[in-house]
Amino acid sequence: MAEVIFRTKDVTKVYDTGVVKVYALAGVDLELFKGELTVLLGPSGSGKSTLLNILGGLDHATDGQVWFGETELTNMPDRGLTRYRRDHVGFVFQFYNLVPSLTARENVQLVTDVASDPMPAAEALELVGLGKRMDHFPSEMSGGEQQRVAIARAIAKRPQILLCDEPTGALDSTTGVQVLEALQDINERFGTTTVVITHNAEIQRMAHRVVFFQDGKISETRFNDTRLAPSEIEW
Amino acid sequence: MQAIDRKLLRDFKRLWIQALAIAMVLACGVAILLTSVGLYTALSDTRTAYYERNRFADVFAHATRAPLHLLAEISRIDGVLSVEARVIGDAILDLPGRSKSAVGRVLSYPENTDPILNVPLLMQGRFPNPLASDEVVVNEPFAQANGFLPGDSFSANLRGQKRVLTIVGTALSPEYVYTIGPGALLPDNTSFGIIWMSERATAAAFDMTGAFNDVSLALAVGTRSEPVIDALDNLLEPYGGLGAYDRSDHASDAFLDAEISQLKSMGAILPPIFFGISAYLVSMVMGRIIMLERSEIGLLKAIGYSNVEVCLHYLMLAGLIALVGILAGWAVGTVLARVTAAQFAQFYEFPFVIFRVSYWVYAVSGLAGLLTTTLGAAQSALKAARLAPAIAMQPPAPPRFKRSVVDRAMAGMHLSQSTTMILRSLFRWPMRSLLTSLGLALAVSSVIASLFFNDALDEIVDLAFNQTNRQDAMLLFADDVPETALEDIRHLPGVLQAEGQQYHAAILHHGHLSKRVAVDASRPGSDLSRVLDANGHPLTVPPGGILLSERLARQLNLTRGDIIEAEFLSGRRETHFLTVTGLVEQHLGLGAYMDLEFINAMFRQTTQLSMVNLTLDANETDALHTVIKGLPRLSGLIEMNENRRSFQDTIELNVVIMNTIYIVIAILITVGVAYNAARIQLSERARELASLRILGFTKGEVSYILVGEVMLIALIAQPFGWLIGAWIANAMTNAFTSDLYVIPLVLKPATFALGSLIVLSVAFASVMIVRRRLDRLDLVAVMKTRE
Repeated sequence: MAEVIFRTKDVTKVYDTGVVKVYALAGVDLELFKGELTVLLGPSGSGKSTLLNILGGLDHATDGQVWFGETELTNMPDRGLTRYRRDHVGFVFQFYNLVPSLTARENVQLVTDVASDPMPAAEALELVGLGKRMDHFPSEMSGGEQQRVAIARAIAKRPQILLCDEPTGALDSTTGVQVLEALQDINERFGTTTVVITHNAEIQRMAHRVVFFQDGKISETRFNDTRLAPSEIEW
Repeated sequence: MQAIDRKLLRDFKRLWIQALAIAMVLACGVAILLTSVGLYTALSDTRTAYYERNRFADVFAHATRAPLHLLAEISRIDGVLSVEARVIGDAILDLPGRSKSAVGRVLSYPENTDPILNVPLLMQGRFPNPLASDEVVVNEPFAQANGFLPGDSFSANLRGQKRVLTIVGTALSPEYVYTIGPGALLPDNTSFGIIWMSERATAAAFDMTGAFNDVSLALAVGTRSEPVIDALDNLLEPYGGLGAYDRSDHASDAFLDAEISQLKSMGAILPPIFFGISAYLVSMVMGRIIMLERSEIGLLKAIGYSNVEVCLHYLMLAGLIALVGILAGWAVGTVLARVTAAQFAQFYEFPFVIFRVSYWVYAVSGLAGLLTTTLGAAQSALKAARLAPAIAMQPPAPPRFKRSVVDRAMAGMHLSQSTTMILRSLFRWPMRSLLTSLGLALAVSSVIASLFFNDALDEIVDLAFNQTNRQDAMLLFADDVPETALEDIRHLPGVLQAEGQQYHAAILHHGHLSKRVAVDASRPGSDLSRVLDANGHPLTVPPGGILLSERLARQLNLTRGDIIEAEFLSGRRETHFLTVTGLVEQHLGLGAYMDLEFINAMFRQTTQLSMVNLTLDANETDALHTVIKGLPRLSGLIEMNENRRSFQDTIELNVVIMNTIYIVIAILITVGVAYNAARIQLSERARELASLRILGFTKGEVSYILVGEVMLIALIAQPFGWLIGAWIANAMTNAFTSDLYVIPLVLKPATFALGSLIVLSVAFASVMIVRRRLDRLDLVAVMKTRE
């Protein structure tokens, strides 16, 4: 069996608005394995993004424990989480979150400038098929291209984990497929553990493992014996 | 270059107009700090060096006629390093090609040695031959103003003896850095000159052989001047000593000193205001940038940038703005300081200017600029650093709106939705509205604080020349003459009216306070030179009384009815007790006034006159000057018209320069505040305004919301601006007050109106520039933008 890279134990996340307490996560126990592509599925507000943020060191759990390998993230101070993100995690967001004033290459350089063993920005962009669009600004690119820049930016540091929050949420099917192909390619080529949040249930068919969320809890975990290529997915 | 730094530069480029608007305000602060400190150090360093090199004396005294052997005793006074005695006298000059007479102050130049103190610095030619009685050196500005070169000649009436004097050289003296003639308000180099003549010739001309009437002392370092002054006064008393004084009472140095302290207070008052405004503008703009870049901040953190790096990134953006402002401020300040220092060197007659703005002034002004902008950005940058990445990536929670008293009041007023939007925004961010308003108020106040000088000067001129000194000319006697001379004067050509006046030097004592003043004495009902009370009514002095100018009374802590001790240094040199019978409204000098007949009776002598005030027939003034040039016992004829003209010309030029600078400053502040406020409004409201456009609002209706809010804030700013302006004007009149003059606080509605007009129109123009962006608003794109 593969090595466990993420382990959570009874993780809860409570948002206290002063009037009511909202449980975004209500006791999540989960194991994610090295090199796997995991898809988190579930309706809005079911806790997927919250969990992803906690795994990525963007947020703290209210209660429970989170391990990255042997390292416990649960009570890690801010400085440690920054270090963790800088060295191990790559993020891809639904709205790309590119810096509009920087070109594709420079957006990737944002990461390569601070990472310890990055690949050249150009190489990362080549990997996502944007070798010819490196010096374009985000405003000069399509949504799919922008998202691939975001993926290039995420993988340029050679992260152990790639966390993607609705990476195809803002894209049409053709460009969505291109983005998923890029993700799968990275996963297979570098063995990068990849977690993808999506609303699109079809995407689960390309994953090694699928985790279903409901009301802040995991309702089901499923392992795919046969996986589809992104191009085979019905959108 | 790192990508994050490239982002910084591109952000800066994108924001360049806003950044420039802020940078210009900051530049004002830096430039003013640099100019005032630069000028201050230039003037005081130059003064110190000049005084040191040319051995400007520490203590000065005049006497009627003291024997030369007294000098040995004077040099034995404790703390006295060196002593120099001179003969000084005024003479009426007849200059070639000039119908009007001029006045020359003749100083003796030592015969066998070089001068020990107050050493004149030769600019051209040579010093007079000790044996030649007709060779003179004149002060350089007098030579320049009258086109004299060495070798030229002019005539002088030396105690009735008309002599032709030949200029052999020109010089400058530390004693006459500010050369002001008798009865004049400002230097006038055409009609007043300094003349150095050989000791022998001067003594002969003024009947002073074997004697002196002026003495200067240099003191050992650390010696207090008061005991020396007392000892000197005691020694000179039998010889008509007029009271010794130190540098602080020396006319030339006092003017220079007043100027230097004005520069000092200007350097202390103004720059902090500009730094404050730029800090606020930076905080306003940075606050908005950070709100707009929320998700980018989240992203930077998500990919591993630390809080410190994110915080620094935004601080550096403010730093770039500061850099532009500081560099512009340094450039403008350096040029401005250099140009004004050169002007000052001309106005004050320095042979050289030590212009050296030390590195520390650049460092301090730069640091102050950097620090204030950093402080302005700090709150926003810290907020960026504190933003939790997961929260930063989400759109910000909508601001909480609750119905407040204001909303209920507005509901009652049945305002349009647009107006309601404007008012809501105003009250939703009261601190921001208040600070924007304050920024514009400071712009208004800047205009008021400089424009009021026009009215203040008008009042000074009106009070000095129209209300009190209404004579056309003053005829000055070399020594007091009996009042009967008035009849002869009345028969001179062109004289329509003549009124006598007498001067006495006196020290007024009240308790531990004392002040050296000139006491004017005239007959009751004198019409040409009057004194007025605060309501503008002429005052007469009853016998036994004395009128004091309000400032003098304040300095001596006196009010009407108090008794003062007047120690007269002229006349019989007696001390008398006098009742203060009234206070005089006066802007120039510290006056004291008595009854002519009473003061002469007090000294048990027939009524004497020191000068005569005249009204003249304008057609006959040339004839009068011709006669005067040949009359003995006169030391000058001062024409008030020329006096007034030179005063107005000099002062008005300065005021015009000052007004221009302050108005430019006000415009820069207004543009900085109004433009940025409108840009932020637009950025915050873009979606809102686009929605309104989609709903069918016209461009005009949408513009109203944008323009309306900033202009409403600008309107609210006006009364605050008036108040602050009045306050600054008052502070300035206090800062500019010296023994020499006081600037009255004259605030007219027109000044306030002009201040408001300038600021409101510039604010409107700035907002209209931003408004043009509304026309280019891409409605669809804006609706898609994710907040």
